[in-house]
Amino acid sequence: MAALDLINVEKSFGSNKILHDISVSLAHGEFLVLVGPSGCGKSTLMNIIAGLEEPSGGQLRLDGRDITPLAPADRNISMVFQSYALYPNMTVAKNIEFPLAMRKVEKSKRAERVKSVARLLQIEHLLDRKPRQLSGGQRQRVAIGRALAREPQLYLFDEPLSNLDAQLRLDMRTEIKKLHHRLGATIVYVTHDQIEAMTLATRIAVMKGGVLQQLGSPYEVYNQPANMFVAGFMGSPRMNLIKSRLAQANGSLALEINNADHPLVRIPLPAPSAALSAYAGRDVFAGIRAEAVRLARDGMAPTATECMFDARVEVIEPTGADTLVVLDLGGKEFTVRLEPDVQLKPGQDARFLVELSKLVCFDADTERRIA
Amino acid sequence: MRDHRASGIPLERILLYAVLFFLAVMFLLPVYVMVCNSLKPLDEIRSGNLMSLPVQWTVDPWFTAWSTAQIGVQPTGLRPYFYNSFLLVIPAVVISTLIGALNGYILTQFRFRGANALFAAMLFSVFIPFQIVLIPMAKTLGILGMAGTVKGLIFVNSVYGIGFTTLFFRNYYAAFPQELVRSARIDGADFFGVLFRILLPSSAPIIVVTVIWQFTNIWNEFLFGASFSDYSSFPITVALNNLVNSSTGVKEYNVHFAGAFIAAIPTLIVYLLSGKYFVRGLMAGSVKG
Repeated sequence: MAALDLINVEKSFGSNKILHDISVSLAHGEFLVLVGPSGCGKSTLMNIIAGLEEPSGGQLRLDGRDITPLAPADRNISMVFQSYALYPNMTVAKNIEFPLAMRKVEKSKRAERVKSVARLLQIEHLLDRKPRQLSGGQRQRVAIGRALAREPQLYLFDEPLSNLDAQLRLDMRTEIKKLHHRLGATIVYVTHDQIEAMTLATRIAVMKGGVLQQLGSPYEVYNQPANMFVAGFMGSPRMNLIKSRLAQANGSLALEINNADHPLVRIPLPAPSAALSAYAGRDVFAGIRAEAVRLARDGMAPTATECMFDARVEVIEPTGADTLVVLDLGGKEFTVRLEPDVQLKPGQDARFLVELSKLVCFDADTERRIA
Repeated sequence: MRDHRASGIPLERILLYAVLFFLAVMFLLPVYVMVCNSLKPLDEIRSGNLMSLPVQWTVDPWFTAWSTAQIGVQPTGLRPYFYNSFLLVIPAVVISTLIGALNGYILTQFRFRGANALFAAMLFSVFIPFQIVLIPMAKTLGILGMAGTVKGLIFVNSVYGIGFTTLFFRNYYAAFPQELVRSARIDGADFFGVLFRILLPSSAPIIVVTVIWQFTNIWNEFLFGASFSDYSSFPITVALNNLVNSSTGVKEYNVHFAGAFIAAIPTLIVYLLSGKYFVRGLMAGSVKG
């Protein structure tokens, strides 16, 4: 039995459809991240799970129990808000205790719970303070503590890190991941930050325009994006998406990148899938991650799954950990990720190796991945 | 300007303080006249001038005004009417403030169809002159069996105050973070739980504003008091009017001054105690709203 089932959930305001037929099934202990650009419907979906908004259609089940008609308080769900939503008139202890007090839990049991949650999150010394006396990170901990206090069946996190500064955001991200491991809790987490999604999730739901684009593990979403939107949204730098012709010559297939006044670039495909072979002679979009390319040094020969190509270096962006190099490939920009100490200069021609097992192709019309 | 700094104080400062001092004197003059003449025997007022200090100090006019002056049939002084006003003001302030908070909560947190139209309609009640509602209200009080009682006045003043209190609370809660209310709902607070545990404890500034506003308005209110009460339920304003107007024989100005001051004391105290919160509360509403 799954912990959370969203079955054909829909939401519309009048004729304006916000969510289209969303179905997700989540096992116990999973960490689902809803990610997408703003306005994609991820927050609406979370509010529907919380019970703060009603779906126009579909059903929600928590541990097999239909919670669609239930009020937020009766769903056994906790939520951590972007603004932390700590009650300003109550101390930290009272804040953590609040959901228990509302459920008429015994006083001694409440105190015990507050203590153990505070110990877990290392906020014991803050219990008597008011929220306004806390820093951003401390507020975040208290908000999480309040969610933990009543041990719900499901935790919701609504962009909990976006109000923190960069360094603290990384620390809290690790902290949340640790907490997930330790509690084995089922979590639904909303963010617009694809790196947060990749690092935290056991499964990612990429959304756009109220439509679920792809539901999969971080590995799947990153390496086998369902369509060009997911390919472009996940990962930084973005996946290189290059329009090319799948040409057939001498019984083998090759991608040809052809721009009017540039020399033709040809990438032979030694072992194309059956699905891809069916596209012979048509235009496709080739998707290549920046890290699937390496610099070919003198005397290096391509391995069985690699292909060599020449390109002109346009821009070099060292990030410290590695160097991003923008190439001119047949008139198109093409970003590759190279080692930090790479010796290249803008304007220089160089030879590169691309790992073809990492190559994905997309239908030029539907923008879907050709499996 | 620097040339004038002989004493180290710039000229414009001196001018500013002179103007302020002059204005303060102008504002305080009536208070001075009231207090000073309430402490004189009547002869001194009639023979001397109003501005001079008492020659023979006396507090008798205050005692007369408080407990023995002729107001109704009995020589009771203002005392019973002073109590009437408290019996009227306290419940009316509490009721209208609570209803205002409830209305503000509903109008902002439950964005139902027509919420804004309803708010506009309630706001309109603020602009209705008292005179227009006199006759319908008299009928209503008759039907409810509350004509001529303190209860009736509580009802009238509460109803008339709801427009103002709703305006105050609605605008305050419109700027209240929605996530707090959502969070409380998920945490298990019900309709009144959200109001009493989350909204009201965070509403101190607007509660102070509302209480001061309602207290002074209802305490100083005269027309409803004169129209809807009888000898047993007059509020202090009506009693003061009767004291000043219906005294037979000699006009006891010193008693009138003392009586007027007694009637003004509660509002003075409310302002002195919470005036700074009043300004702060108004600012909080305006900045956030």
